[in-house]
Amino acid sequence: MPEYSWPPMDKRRVIGKRISRLDGIAKASGRAKYSSDTNLPNMLYGVLLTCPHAHATVKSIDTSAAEKSPGVKAVRVIAPAGTEIQWAGWEVAAVAAETEQQARDAVRKIKVEYEVLPHVVREEKLEEVGTRAKPSGERETGDPDAAFKEADAVSEGHYGIPVLAHCCLEPHGQVIAWDGKKLQYWPSTQNVSGIAADLGRALEFPAAQITVEMDHIGGGFGSKFNADRWGVECAHLSRAAGGRPVKLYLDRATEVTIAGVRPSAFAKIKIAGKKDGTITAWESESWASGGIAGGGLPPIPYVFAAPRTGIPNQRLKHMAVSLNTAPQRAWRAPNNQQACFLTCAAIEDLADKLNMDPLDVYLKNVDKTARPETYASQLKKAAELAEWKKLWRPRKEAKGTLRRGLGIGINTWGGAGHQSTCLTKIHPDGTVEVELGSQDLGSGTRTVIAQVAAETLGLPVDAIKVKIGRNSYPNSGASGGSTTVGGVSSSTRKAAVNALEKLFAVVAPALGVPAEQLEAADGRIQVKGNPAKAMPWKAACQKLGVNSISADGENIPKVAPKEGLNSQGASGVQIADVTVDVETGVVKMNRLIAVQDCGLIINPKLAESQIYGACIMSICGALMEERIMDPTTGRVLNADMEFYKLAGIKDIGEIIVHLDISPEHDQKGVIGLGEPPAVGGIAAIANAVANAIGVRVPMVPLTPNRVLSALQRRMA
Amino acid sequence: MQAFEYASPKTLKEAVALLGTRWGEADVLAGGTDLISLMKDYLHTPKRVVNVKGIKELAGISKTGAGLRIGAIVTVDELLNNSAVRAEYPSLIQAARGIASPQIRNMGTIGGDLCQRPRCWYFRTGNGLLAMKDGKSLVVSGDNRYHAIFSSGPAYFVSASSFGPPLIALGAKVKLTSATGSREVEVAKFFVTPQNESSREIALLPNEILTEILVPSAQGVKNATYEVRHKDALDWPLVTASVALKMKGNTVESAKVVLGHVAPTPYVAAAVERALAGKTINESAAEAAGEAAVENAKPLSENGYKVQLVKVAVKRALLEAVKA
Repeated sequence: MPEYSWPPMDKRRVIGKRISRLDGIAKASGRAKYSSDTNLPNMLYGVLLTCPHAHATVKSIDTSAAEKSPGVKAVRVIAPAGTEIQWAGWEVAAVAAETEQQARDAVRKIKVEYEVLPHVVREEKLEEVGTRAKPSGERETGDPDAAFKEADAVSEGHYGIPVLAHCCLEPHGQVIAWDGKKLQYWPSTQNVSGIAADLGRALEFPAAQITVEMDHIGGGFGSKFNADRWGVECAHLSRAAGGRPVKLYLDRATEVTIAGVRPSAFAKIKIAGKKDGTITAWESESWASGGIAGGGLPPIPYVFAAPRTGIPNQRLKHMAVSLNTAPQRAWRAPNNQQACFLTCAAIEDLADKLNMDPLDVYLKNVDKTARPETYASQLKKAAELAEWKKLWRPRKEAKGTLRRGLGIGINTWGGAGHQSTCLTKIHPDGTVEVELGSQDLGSGTRTVIAQVAAETLGLPVDAIKVKIGRNSYPNSGASGGSTTVGGVSSSTRKAAVNALEKLFAVVAPALGVPAEQLEAADGRIQVKGNPAKAMPWKAACQKLGVNSISADGENIPKVAPKEGLNSQGASGVQIADVTVDVETGVVKMNRLIAVQDCGLIINPKLAESQIYGACIMSICGALMEERIMDPTTGRVLNADMEFYKLAGIKDIGEIIVHLDISPEHDQKGVIGLGEPPAVGGIAAIANAVANAIGVRVPMVPLTPNRVLSALQRRMA
Repeated sequence: MQAFEYASPKTLKEAVALLGTRWGEADVLAGGTDLISLMKDYLHTPKRVVNVKGIKELAGISKTGAGLRIGAIVTVDELLNNSAVRAEYPSLIQAARGIASPQIRNMGTIGGDLCQRPRCWYFRTGNGLLAMKDGKSLVVSGDNRYHAIFSSGPAYFVSASSFGPPLIALGAKVKLTSATGSREVEVAKFFVTPQNESSREIALLPNEILTEILVPSAQGVKNATYEVRHKDALDWPLVTASVALKMKGNTVESAKVVLGHVAPTPYVAAAVERALAGKTINESAAEAAGEAAVENAKPLSENGYKVQLVKVAVKRALLEAVKA
């Protein structure tokens, strides 16, 4: 069995190096072509008609005028008469025409009669949703009543974190050409290898006859795994138009309205502790919504609920609220942000009741987590970087117009590698191709693959041609759950080792040693321990004659833990440092500190970039982002990038990232990093604001409105 | 966007001849930062679009005997970099800086800022300027966090103009030209509160073009604009206050205080103006002025916080004005 394990930390030449992403220049200069940049000869444009009502039945639909409209080549009814529509933005019909404008003109000519039905679109106030709230789980451990009675302090609070939209910069959509025999598909997807099967199922068309191509994606965050109704309809439009390619991308309003949201979470939380900071009891009544199907219970109490050692006495009750809004999709660490915010906010409120520094309370309770030593050291490191001891003041000391505050959020995630197969080819001219049906979400997957192959083959990174983004390449999992880097790095490593073995077998006779005694290093094939006895890479490959080498490698999640190339279990701590103007309620970020471990880090620069991005998303979520529903019309009021607010460069402050790189974490192998650093920032910022102004702002985002209301309530 | 006829006249005379007598016949295109999105959303469906960017008469900033003439197609960026404006009108500069997008500063014009349509999300999603449904205001019963706190209805949107408040405070006028002649209108009277769905929020008529802005000299007039912003990056301010103080030594001879984003027009806080006359501006006078500014506020269900923001904006604008 070949030796696949990672080279020791001190022996790595390419892995662990701060290499700039390979497609960085192409992206920054605009040369990178995203799927939505796909423009083909003879291409038509598809446009959707969506329902303006949050709840309605289609009584009739008449497309005759649209069919006669100039340039129209195909019209599809998606929601025929009788369809019950459950949210505004529901796809009703679609048109393909010679130009986008002709398609938009035609869509406006479709006449739909609706019977409008009552709707509920807001869930912040549980008492106002009536029968839309359904019990969705209860749990009790220990004896919470006794624990609350015996506690030195009990804190009770109300907390809320709203629905927010994925708001991908590149909206959802695709180009499809389907002539009935084959289907060419250029989607914006997190799932290059798997999406053909999803589309094929809906079309009753063999996945094997679908080719998928995607070079670059402009954001997904968990919302771009499936073909979706717009993909299916795009295919039908193409078929109806005689196989001409059809481009159908959602406009911004539709993107924000139906293409994915993170569910909300609200809770009344009671938490108790002892004088020394030990948390003894937790009680919560929570509710959540992610659309018509309601919303699940976030994993609360978060992190501090490890089996057997977690908070001993707990009582939880959860309600799922069904809303007439578009359904939730996975959002960068599903349910973890919500759980982290609810838990860490309650813990810091308890710390205040106990007159304790919350840092000490977290440290006191690390034994309730699955990784006590890691959290303790990360808390200390983050506190050091944040100058916690120097800057932190108790809430009651808050004074002045501009008030500074610090707060903490804690994260955890799995991140084991997904199924991935890599095919490595070594050609007689020395060139190397590495093929995987994977995708680079912007996280740097291309670069990571090149680094692993280069390390293994003893070549520089630019000697590796990475080929991803086609379903004709070997199957690799969807990019969700922070599983990509573990999967592709392991499969690439194994494929490269396997290819190298084949090359060694060819070269060994010329070097006069058995193949097992060869190694690849510094652009040469050489005898282990005797670099003088070597052959340059190119000369070695020439020995192949006319036959290229092909070798594959597979990461199989079930056996991966035994191989040790990748594993799961990351954790991290975020500390926010904010200044709040108490006259205006405006919160300014000073710093956001992120300390994170994630096993073996292939490229610290890319890893840090991932964390920067996660921190920026956290700032948006903590201070600005929320989907705003209109109670009367049932529509999204801010389905745009004007009032759907995202942070700009001036709003971000300084981000300090500390990657917890150590032999102890390194030996776990590669662990995914996409999600964990996006978990704790919101809690940290919300806690920092509470610390700054001396009172809890119950609901994020922390808008001037909410901050001022909280201050007023305190004065009243 | 609905198909339209496009004209790009070279003279003002040609341009006004291309306008209609009713709204909807023709729209004037300058920077396009608002008009294009209105057209894309089918909120404006003009039969003709008249591009005025090529008309020299509408360009440039020049000093006149009475003050400053600003051509309507002067961009926000041009204004921001104009030495005459920088020297005398910090309130205009501060308002221009609040338009926190280089792209919009490069394209957007001063005339366009004054003529832009409200940003009310009910209006922008096709519910009409007054956002009435079945005889009831969607704003009053809905989410009005960004709406007016000084309005008795039926209009509850807020004027989005950045330059309206400082120009009113400075006593500026706009020149409006039609095929039959020109008229000058005080900026304070240029903004109007529409009473029905068919009227507009500015006094411009469909056959007129806003051609220039005439700003009186601000010699001896301390002026400033303060914006309360949720975001520092591109975003609408939540509340703004522009002040212009005619000083006599250290005391205020007369004051103009105009609020933005609180009413369907820029809102002249007359009570503050009376309260400030004869006062020296210090922390407590500024704070009292802020209190006076909200005397007639009538917040809606979700915008009570703006009352507090007005107090602060007025106070900070006054202190900023007298700082130098």
